Amino acid sequence: MTASLRRIWGMIYRHLALYRRSWPRLLELAYWPTLQMCIWGFTASFFAMRGTGAAMVTIGMLLGGVLLWEVALRSQMGVAISFLEEIWSRNLGHVFVSPLRPWELVAALIAMSILRMAAGVLPAVLLAWALYAFNLFALGPALILFALNLMAMGWWVSLGVVSLILRHGAGAEALAWSVLFGITPFAAVFYPVSVLPWFLQPIAWALPAAHVFEGMRAVLAGAAFPWEHLAAASLLNLLWLAAAAWLFAIQFRAARIRGALLSIGE
Amino acid sequence: MDAIIVEALTKRYGDTLAVDAIDFTVPEGTTIGLLGGNGAGKTTTISMLLGLLLPSAGRIRVLGHDMATDRFAALARMNFSSPYIALPHRLSVAENLRVYGHLYNVRHTGRRIAELADQLDLHGLLDRPAGELSAGQKTRVALAKSLINRPDVLLLDEPTASLDPDTGDMVRTWLERYRAESGCTILLASHNMAEVERLCGHVLMMKKGRIVDRGSPADLLARYGRDTLEAVFLDITRGTGEAA
Repeated sequence: MTASLRRIWGMIYRHLALYRRSWPRLLELAYWPTLQMCIWGFTASFFAMRGTGAAMVTIGMLLGGVLLWEVALRSQMGVAISFLEEIWSRNLGHVFVSPLRPWELVAALIAMSILRMAAGVLPAVLLAWALYAFNLFALGPALILFALNLMAMGWWVSLGVVSLILRHGAGAEALAWSVLFGITPFAAVFYPVSVLPWFLQPIAWALPAAHVFEGMRAVLAGAAFPWEHLAAASLLNLLWLAAAAWLFAIQFRAARIRGALLSIGE
Repeated sequence: MDAIIVEALTKRYGDTLAVDAIDFTVPEGTTIGLLGGNGAGKTTTISMLLGLLLPSAGRIRVLGHDMATDRFAALARMNFSSPYIALPHRLSVAENLRVYGHLYNVRHTGRRIAELADQLDLHGLLDRPAGELSAGQKTRVALAKSLINRPDVLLLDEPTASLDPDTGDMVRTWLERYRAESGCTILLASHNMAEVERLCGHVLMMKKGRIVDRGSPADLLARYGRDTLEAVFLDITRGTGEAA
């Protein structure tokens, strides 16, 4: 293992050890996705009792939307909360005087977000299959491409949140939980972009999520695979990731100028 | 050869000058004390030496590496301990040390942890969460963390603060032995004058961001005509004494 991979593994190990010793943290991972699945699943079942074949497709879109949006939410929280754990434990000073590079820290946070997302969303996926006979994996290979794009969106949003925490301290930590909920109306999770007022539609189309969910609905409706939406989501993610990495680099340097890496927990 | 070279190091926060163009060198294998009252600039200086804080001006070289352009090469051979920075409380002592073993790319981390446990009497603590330890135990663990990579340069910020005399003496004895055996360079910031007299061959006295005097403890005692370094410290910080 190279020194760089070893350092990344060190940070992953630090978080895995934390979860091993904290069942409330483990429970929290799956709690919200499972709760969301139950609420929307029973709502969908209610529609199904009154609906037709078209209603069944709508139900699939609803449940698919819930599960895939959780992929983005959990990925975003996975990065931001893992960073906050370092602040809460007042450990940032030790981490940043080690040879760990900032990009290695980000890589470790992303790896943790993948693990946290899997631990949180997979139980909800299984619940959707067991309770409502909705199989997310029926989306086929498209599921992987859509999920990857939503995870990438979660990462750049959380890099923005981490940058704000570096700038404003732990006072900005509420954003770690709330920022993606604020984006939800524009992400077209449960309805097409065309439902939005015309002046809000450009905002939606600037978000990778809107393209992913338009694509998901097309696949569930049996249309041809929407490559144009996948390409747009991937390109937008690259642009947003580059912008978020730039913001992180600027705020990390500004934190070193202010001495905030030692006092950020205060 | 000098392990640490500091030239015209300055840190300014707006209108406040926290460190004012200080110069000093630390020869390899020596222990140097950084003394000063609260707000003198000791912690700011150490933070800049560690790369946590960017200087407003000046230059730092550690082990031949420029900290502005090549700090990670130096950081791999340095380490740091401070009672004011915690280790994750829920992780056990062994887990914490393993994390830092990975971060510093220590080969045979398990063996290194066992060595440190022998030397610092940590065997009974390895499986306990770091947050449940007493102040003295935490200090020993922090010291073990700071030695996990066998550093060539060790920066210590008040390493015996809040320790009882017995544990403080144990830590000082251990630091003396470690430096003699390893040839490590140590920069020590402390308010404990007896500790500085015992451990340091050279002392830098800081006041209001500047180095106002320097020399061996014996030189300083002679220069100020005092019996203890504490009296010299009070002369300097209160401005009540004059160097001869």
